[in-house]
Amino acid sequence: MTEMAINTKKESNNPKKKKSIKYGAIIFKTFIYFLLISIAVIVILPLLWLVGSSLNPGMSLFGSTMFPENPTFMHYRNLFFETDYLLWYKNTLKIATSNMLLSVVLTTLTAYAFSRFRFKGRKITLMAMLVLQMFPGFMAMTAIFVLLLHLGLLNTHMGLILVYAGGQIPFNTWLAKGYFDGIPRSLDEAAKIDGASSFTIFIKIILPLARPIITFIALTNFIAPWMDFIFPRLILRTACQRTLALGLYDMATGQQATHFTLFAAGAILVAIPVTLLFLYLQKHIVEGLTKGAVKM
Amino acid sequence: MKRANKAALLSVLFMGLGQQYNKERIKGLIFSFINVMILVNIPNFSHALWGLFTLGETQQNIAAGVAGDHSIFLLIEGIIGVLVIFVLLIVYILNILDAYRTALYIEKGGKPKTIIQTIKTAWSKYFPYVVLSPALVFILFLTVLPLIFSIAIAFTNYSSPFRLPPRSLIDWVGFENFINLFRMEIWGRTFIGVGTWTVIWAILASSTTYITGLLLAVIINIKGIRFKKLWRSIYILPFAVPGFISLLIMRLLFTGLGPINSFLLSLGLERVPWLTDPFLAKVVLVLVNIWLGAPYFMALMSGVLTNISSELYEAAAIDGATGVQKFTKITLPLVLHATMPLLILSFTFNFNNFMMIYVLTDGGPANVAYQYAGHTDILISWIYSLTLEQGQFHMASVVSIILFILIATASAITFSRTKSFQEEDMM
Repeated sequence: MTEMAINTKKESNNPKKKKSIKYGAIIFKTFIYFLLISIAVIVILPLLWLVGSSLNPGMSLFGSTMFPENPTFMHYRNLFFETDYLLWYKNTLKIATSNMLLSVVLTTLTAYAFSRFRFKGRKITLMAMLVLQMFPGFMAMTAIFVLLLHLGLLNTHMGLILVYAGGQIPFNTWLAKGYFDGIPRSLDEAAKIDGASSFTIFIKIILPLARPIITFIALTNFIAPWMDFIFPRLILRTACQRTLALGLYDMATGQQATHFTLFAAGAILVAIPVTLLFLYLQKHIVEGLTKGAVKM
Repeated sequence: MKRANKAALLSVLFMGLGQQYNKERIKGLIFSFINVMILVNIPNFSHALWGLFTLGETQQNIAAGVAGDHSIFLLIEGIIGVLVIFVLLIVYILNILDAYRTALYIEKGGKPKTIIQTIKTAWSKYFPYVVLSPALVFILFLTVLPLIFSIAIAFTNYSSPFRLPPRSLIDWVGFENFINLFRMEIWGRTFIGVGTWTVIWAILASSTTYITGLLLAVIINIKGIRFKKLWRSIYILPFAVPGFISLLIMRLLFTGLGPINSFLLSLGLERVPWLTDPFLAKVVLVLVNIWLGAPYFMALMSGVLTNISSELYEAAAIDGATGVQKFTKITLPLVLHATMPLLILSFTFNFNNFMMIYVLTDGGPANVAYQYAGHTDILISWIYSLTLEQGQFHMASVVSIILFILIATASAITFSRTKSFQEEDMM
C-alpha cells in the first residue's frame, strides 16, 4: 500500500509534541471516516431511490416513496407479462454479443497492423481516423439512414450492429495500438526467426499478452447497446425490433413519467448484470485503459 | 515494346487483359468481371453525378401525380457514387500496377502464379493492407460519407419550412449560410453565447471530475484507513451503472415536484427551481457530472497511486520532506504525468457530451435571446435541436463545421505531441 503524505507527521520524534499529535491523528481519522461515509451515502442514495421506487404499488413518479409502506413486486411481474421487456432483452443481448465479437476482431487486427508494420500512409491514416470521428454526428445520421436504406439494412439488427462496430473502430484502435506498442517487439522477432507468419504471431503472441485491453474493448462494446437509444431510434422502425434502452427511455419520459415505477423495475434488471460484470472485470478494465492510454 | 509496358497498357485498355497476357487466367477474369460490372453500371454512376450537381430538377406535384426528385437522397447517392468511383479507381490502378510488375517478374525469368499462390503472397507480403481494408471500408462509409454529406449541407438551403424534400427541391447556395451566421444578429449571438458556455462547461466538467477522482483515490489510500476495497467498490458504482439510467434518475430527482423538493418541503423549506433557474441548472449539471464521472478517474488514479514505489516517499522522509511537500513533489507530478492524455480525452468528450445535456435538462430553461437554444445548451445539443427538432439543417451544418474545425485542430495538436507520435520511429 502506498504511504500517503498526510499522516506522516507521526514520524516526528519530538516527545513533547507526541501527545497532541495523537489527538490530532484521531480527529483527523474521524474526519476522514466521516467523509468516506458521507460520500458513500451520496453515491448510493439515488440508486437506492430507484430500487425503492420499483417496489412502490403506484405507477407514477410523484406518488412513489423511497421506502414504500407495502412493497410489491408487481412491476417486475408486469414487465414480463404486460410489456415486450423479454423481447427487448433478447434483441439487445443478440446485438450486444454480435457487436462485441465483430468489434474485437476488427479492432485488434487494425491495431496490430498499425502497431507492428510500417507502411505508406500509416501516420496520416492514424491521425485522420482520430480526427474525423470527432465530427458532431447528428447530420451524419441522415446519411447513415439513406446508406442503410439502400443496402436494405434499415429496420434490421444487422444494420445497427454494423453501425456500432464501424463507429467504435477509430477510438478503440488507438487504445489497442497503445497497448500493443507496449508488448516487446523482441517476442515477434524471435517468432519470425522460427518461421511464424504475421497472422500466427498475432494469434499466438499478441492476443494472449493483450488480454486486459481485449477485455476492455469486449466489455465496452457489449455494454454500449444496452445504453444507447439514439441509433436504435433511427434504425429500428418496428416495435418488435426495439432494444431495451429505447423501450426504457420511452417508459421514463413518455406521458409525464406515468410508467415511472415500471421503468424503475426495468432499469434495475438491466443495471444489475451490467454492474456485476463491470465490478467483476474492474481490474482488467482499469489496467487496459491506463496502459493503452498512457502510451497514447 | 517491352513486355511490362505492353501488359500495363493492355490493363489500361480493359481491366484483366494484362493479366491474361501474363498468363494469370483467374486473376485476369476477376479483374475483367469488375470492369464489366463498371460498364453495366455506367448509367447509375452518371445519374449519381447528375444528382450531386443539380440536386434534382423536377418539383413534386401531387395534384399532377409527379413524384418529383428527392434532393437529399440525390445528394447522398451522389456522394456514395463518388466514393464508389474512388474505390474502383484504386482497384483500376492496382490492376495496372499488378500487370506491370508481374510482367517485369516474368521478364526476369519468374513464372506466372496460380490464384492460390497469389492469395498466399498477398497474405504474407501485403499483410497490413489486407488486414486494414475491412476497417477502412467501414470508416469510408460510416465516417467519411456522413462527414462529406454534413459538410455539403452547409452549402445548401436545406431547411424548414419551405425547403424540405420531398415536398420541394433544395439548391446549392455557396457561402450564404456562413455569412448569415455572422451577419444576422440573433444567430451570431446564439453561436457566441452557446459556444462560450460549451468551453466553460468542458473545462469545469473535466477538471471537477478529475480533481474529485484524485481526492477520492488519495483519501482511500491514506495509511491506516480500513476497508479500502469496500470504499472503492461503493464509489465505482456510478461508473458501472448504465449512464442513461443514472441520468434519468437524476433528472427525475431534481424535477420541480421530484423527491428532492418534496424532502425540502417536508423540512419546512421552499421548493428550489433546480432545473428551471438558468444558473442553478448549470450547477446541477456540474454536480451530477461529478457524481457520474469522478469514479472513473478514481479507479484510474488508485491504480497509479498503488504503483508509486514507497521507496520514493521513504527517501523524501529522510531528506526531511513534509507531508504536503511529498504530495506536491512526488504524488501529484507522477499522477499528472500518467493521466494527462486521459484528461485531454475527457475534455473533448465533455465538449461533445450530448447525453448529459439532452437527458438532464434538454438544453432548458429556454432563453428568448437565443435562436432555438436554451441556457444550458452546448453546441452539440444546439445542433441536435436545430436538426431533429427545428429542421434548420443548413445552419446546424455550418455550426457543426466550425465546431469540428475547433476540436480537430486542438486534438491534432495535442495528440501529435503525445508519446506514441514522437517515439514512433525509435523502435
